[in-house]
Amino acid sequence: MKTYEEINAKIEAKTAVVMTAEEIIDYVDRKGLDQAAREVDVVTTATFGPMCSSGCFLNFGHAMPRIRITEAWIDDVAAYGGVAAVDVYLGATQLRKNDPANTYYPGEFRFGGGHAMEKLVAGEELELFALSYGTDDYPLREIRTRFSIKDLNQAIMVNPRNCYQNYNVAINGSDKPVYSYLGLLKPRMENLGYSSAGQLSPLLNDPHYRTIGVGTRVWLAGAQGHVYAEGTQHASACLRGDNGVPMEGAGTLALTGDMKRMRKEFVRGVSLPGYGVSLSLGVGVPIPILDVDMLRQTCVRDRDIYAPVIDYSRDYQYKTGKVVCRLSYEQLKSGEVTIEGKKVMTGSLSSYAKAREIAWLLKEEISRGEFLVSRPLAPLPPNQSCGGLAARETTR
Amino acid sequence: MITKRVLFSFPKDMVEKPIVYHLVKDYDLVVNIFRARITPEDEGFLLVDVTGPEDRIAEGLAFVRAANVAVNESEIGLRWDEGLCTSCGNCLTHCPTGALKIVDRAAMKVGFEPPLCVECLSCISVCPFGACSSLF
Repeated sequence: MKTYEEINAKIEAKTAVVMTAEEIIDYVDRKGLDQAAREVDVVTTATFGPMCSSGCFLNFGHAMPRIRITEAWIDDVAAYGGVAAVDVYLGATQLRKNDPANTYYPGEFRFGGGHAMEKLVAGEELELFALSYGTDDYPLREIRTRFSIKDLNQAIMVNPRNCYQNYNVAINGSDKPVYSYLGLLKPRMENLGYSSAGQLSPLLNDPHYRTIGVGTRVWLAGAQGHVYAEGTQHASACLRGDNGVPMEGAGTLALTGDMKRMRKEFVRGVSLPGYGVSLSLGVGVPIPILDVDMLRQTCVRDRDIYAPVIDYSRDYQYKTGKVVCRLSYEQLKSGEVTIEGKKVMTGSLSSYAKAREIAWLLKEEISRGEFLVSRPLAPLPPNQSCGGLAARETTR
Repeated sequence: MITKRVLFSFPKDMVEKPIVYHLVKDYDLVVNIFRARITPEDEGFLLVDVTGPEDRIAEGLAFVRAANVAVNESEIGLRWDEGLCTSCGNCLTHCPTGALKIVDRAAMKVGFEPPLCVECLSCISVCPFGACSSLF
């Protein structure tokens, strides 16, 4: 048994034993759970993949004369101006103005909020165009200027939903291509798309949210950020395997962090033909090894984590609930699986290679005494489901 | 007999010369065109496999160079930018020849093997990060 305080004391003394969620598997195989639980203090987990529910609050500072921004565009991408005078929120999936979207199907979706965020973190210059109706105290009605991240007072990433605990595998059983957020799905189940770091993924290593909760310090694209709430659509009351690991979407995290401290290689704009734009983001979460139970959870392997295969030509759209089959991440990562007797090639939207890199970077930061673990301020809701939207008749 | 992948780059004033005809007729080479973009009054590109005895290929390529056409024996038309690639693997099911592949399955790292590429260009539109592009 170790406490958060004891683990942090070891991290500060640079004597903590830290392993990635990949390394710990072999280590426990060799040493056994009891000995490993005494020796190991922290296991690092990570993921890198498209996380559409991401965005950032930017504060520009006041112009002379002052403007109370009502509408704003950053590199022609609309940012939400319904907050205070010079604050805006730029969302990852906002498409650049005048992009033809799917008018000429399938659209290319070359640039959007996620790409603007990538440029911002990379230190590149962006253009701000903003409008206002003008007031006595904020007379300026229009401004067009250039800025980079260092000109901003704040650039705070605020992501309502990141780090999905598990995720659907998309397949296309129809005879026409399907352009989805899990990639281009060829007809007749020729390929599939998945998106999870599997055995490295944060919430798959702490399936019951024992150490990951509101307030947990996380590695967000290189910055030290936090879990600020349960993620939207957090659905902890899900189908789980014997090991407690969810076999479908399940839990999510709402994350925040300072973009001025982020690294550009972990904040990447995404273009998905026929679908839209998004942002791929790198997240790392340290799991303090409080006891044998916690260690056991972090030893989860790709072959013990199953994801549901859903037909994205019809069943997904119409929420039929039909699951073609369930596949393990070991099968998915092998490059080819067999579904209903047919060989299917596997493609992925998340990057295991990047997740691995992040788990290593976080391990190094903790080993250098630069990243402490934190006790959650409040737990994530343990037994919560996620509702749908009813189309009710309106009276107006 | 050997086969060589070569990329010809035509300057603007050279796009009307029948290079392939001469390679076949005068040097007895088998020319397999993968991809070409020859537009009048613009630069032109031609990516081919040439097959024949090594000395005849050398003579043929010397003729092409003498005609003021750049011959590049190390590059192809498809560019894969390792710095932009995140190794997500979305391209893998769209590459028909396995030129884009997992080079290290433990690390799940994606790599590109140019000799296997047939320039179908499928990867360009499916790459979420713009890591694949075309020279022409």
